[in-house]
Amino acid sequence: MALPKTSQKFNASINAFTIGTGDQTVTLGGENVLPFYTFDAPIENAPKIGVEISDRGMENNVPGIRDYYAGAEDFRELARRASAIPGVDFVAFSLDAADPNGEDRSVEECAEECRQVAEGTDLPLVIIGSKGIEKNEVLFDRIADALAGRNVLLMSAKEENYKTIAASAGLAYNQKIGAESAVDINLAKQLNVVISQMGVKPTSIAMNVGAAAAGYGFEYVVSTMERVKMAALSQNDNMLQMPIVTPVASEAWNVKEALVSEEDIPEWGPMEERGIEMEIVTAAACLASGSNAVILRHPASIAAISEMIRELV
Amino acid sequence: MALKGLDIFKLTPKTNCKKCGVPTCMAFSMKVAQGSLPLEKCPFITDEVKDQLSEATAPPMKTIKVGEHSLGGETVLERHEKTFVSKTLYAMKVSAAFDDAKNDDILAKVPAVDYDRIGERMYCEFVFVEAADGENNRFLDLVKKAAALDRDLILSCTDPNLAKEALALCTGKNVILIGANAGNYEAMNAAANTAKVVLGVSGQSLEELHDTVASLEKIGNKNLILNTTGASVKDAFRNTVEVRRGALKGGDRTFGYPSLVDVAALSHGDAHMEAAYASLFTAKYGSIVVLTEMDYAKALPLYGLRQNIFTDPQKPMKVDPGIYPLNGADENSICMITVDFALTYFIVSGEIERSGVPVNLLISDAGGYSVLTAWAAGKFSASSIAKFIADYNIEDKIKNRILVLPGKVAVLKGEVQEKLPNWQVLVGTNEAVEIIRFLKDMQN
Repeated sequence: MALPKTSQKFNASINAFTIGTGDQTVTLGGENVLPFYTFDAPIENAPKIGVEISDRGMENNVPGIRDYYAGAEDFRELARRASAIPGVDFVAFSLDAADPNGEDRSVEECAEECRQVAEGTDLPLVIIGSKGIEKNEVLFDRIADALAGRNVLLMSAKEENYKTIAASAGLAYNQKIGAESAVDINLAKQLNVVISQMGVKPTSIAMNVGAAAAGYGFEYVVSTMERVKMAALSQNDNMLQMPIVTPVASEAWNVKEALVSEEDIPEWGPMEERGIEMEIVTAAACLASGSNAVILRHPASIAAISEMIRELV
Repeated sequence: MALKGLDIFKLTPKTNCKKCGVPTCMAFSMKVAQGSLPLEKCPFITDEVKDQLSEATAPPMKTIKVGEHSLGGETVLERHEKTFVSKTLYAMKVSAAFDDAKNDDILAKVPAVDYDRIGERMYCEFVFVEAADGENNRFLDLVKKAAALDRDLILSCTDPNLAKEALALCTGKNVILIGANAGNYEAMNAAANTAKVVLGVSGQSLEELHDTVASLEKIGNKNLILNTTGASVKDAFRNTVEVRRGALKGGDRTFGYPSLVDVAALSHGDAHMEAAYASLFTAKYGSIVVLTEMDYAKALPLYGLRQNIFTDPQKPMKVDPGIYPLNGADENSICMITVDFALTYFIVSGEIERSGVPVNLLISDAGGYSVLTAWAAGKFSASSIAKFIADYNIEDKIKNRILVLPGKVAVLKGEVQEKLPNWQVLVGTNEAVEIIRFLKDMQN
């Protein structure tokens, strides 16, 4: 008896989206099948992995991360070490200290740090903005200028601040824009529409459709990603064909499972291992649901996820 | 798949004899199709036709029962289309090919992970016992040890005689016997039938798996599980997706069975790869996922993932209402109140824990809705809050009289204050991420 023919090779495809310059570029998307469905059609650009480093340095991390960066004196060295981790495709610099409700580091300082990171690595760059929605407008403007010509991805523009960010970083400096929405396909589409209407090319936009750690409302992440991919591929919705970039590290390392010490709950075992597995399980599920790239922190998680991608694509 | 009246009509005698109580065979067929009359009302329908019809009306994927567990029975490929019904179950693997120390270590760890997460028991449901060439006695010994544990069993062997011996050691246990293939399926089927256990089928290729399942169905066994583990992760992923998709999208009932993926075999002893692949096959169509070890590091994220993916989209996840003392809070610590939506609870309690400030988190019964939804539905109101404080004897249990409301329901402040005159009612933050700062500011 013949096998049922159920191939899901679609006529539409996800946009090919490139960051970086010269021979150090990374391209996300381009596929016309569901995640890892290489048996339906070849996937030219395998999902990619970014390594997250923070403007606070890496000392406030578990030993496996802290030790890896130990002795790094400046952001150049931090970036150089980050890009040397096997399996890393791009470096994501997170401006945690810029948070206006926290340290509120100045825009000039942040721009200078970004410049140093760019000097430390040739890999493509992603800049993860602060928690301050208004501050990011100025921050991204200055950083887009400081990193002119590097073709970086700025994450993220939201409903409240996309206008300034699209106009300056997107149009004036020709950088790539990350459009961030919170686990809702309609909001994701709406944001892509309005950013495009400002003149930013759809192929210059990537999406962060929302992230969560496994166990923390992750069903919304799965369903949003699956619906976005279905609409993009089966209905050829070109306002949802942007590739998805998911910052996993900031979610995975901030839940109880990764933060509670072994002394507090001895049966849970070593804290570092819990954080690594949380990062791996969350990243694998994101990739299976539709992420074209994940941003991770621990070298061990990066090793595992890059092996998984190699095995599957 | 709904059967049309016309399809049923073709199977009736078309004599309009009225013995069924309906004037014509056509009218009878329409009523059967609607479900308002049972097919048995027609005395001329043969058993053969009945089977044919029940086959046609059967769901695309069978539900296979193993003890108290259900596997399969899915109707959609993506959870948002309707809901997934049977969650992925996990097994820990011992093997006659492993050394004794390793097997003993794994068996000892089986009961270690067993906890409750939002009303669901999280534990490793199965022990998977694998045979190896020339190691029959060690295999039987392992079966004995595994059977002594309070877990269901999966026995993996391809020798029907050995299978019989092993099954004889498992009386009273719920067992899946896997190892039927193109070469041995008749004898394995006999062994499974005698012991009344579910049979697992493997194939060198999808085609071979399909043919073997078809052969087993022909000799009457429809109590099956498909081993979709391939030589590589890529093969396993393809097999698992094609089997599920073939059944649900291709309408091929031969593939309409639950799947088993031996992730342990695919990750070559690497715990991190096991976690990655277990996550992959929990997200995509693994009914049973086999690992060498389920420790807390793996269990916490995997069971959380599973609970999320297999939650019914129409039924919000709820935590039990009550007092949750955080950071060593006691009767003198302040109270913060919110709703019983599990996600709200997790995020709010997580932020409070990170602040390090002792807080009694009060979870009120709000139907499992988020703050604004519950407020809009009248399930989180001044009266419901006052009722909660009274019903749970909060005033007896806690001496502190500061009550913080979620910022999103700031409008309730006046009314709550009126109903709870002994309390100092404060308005908290709009977003959970601001809680740490809010609590720190309050302390100063």
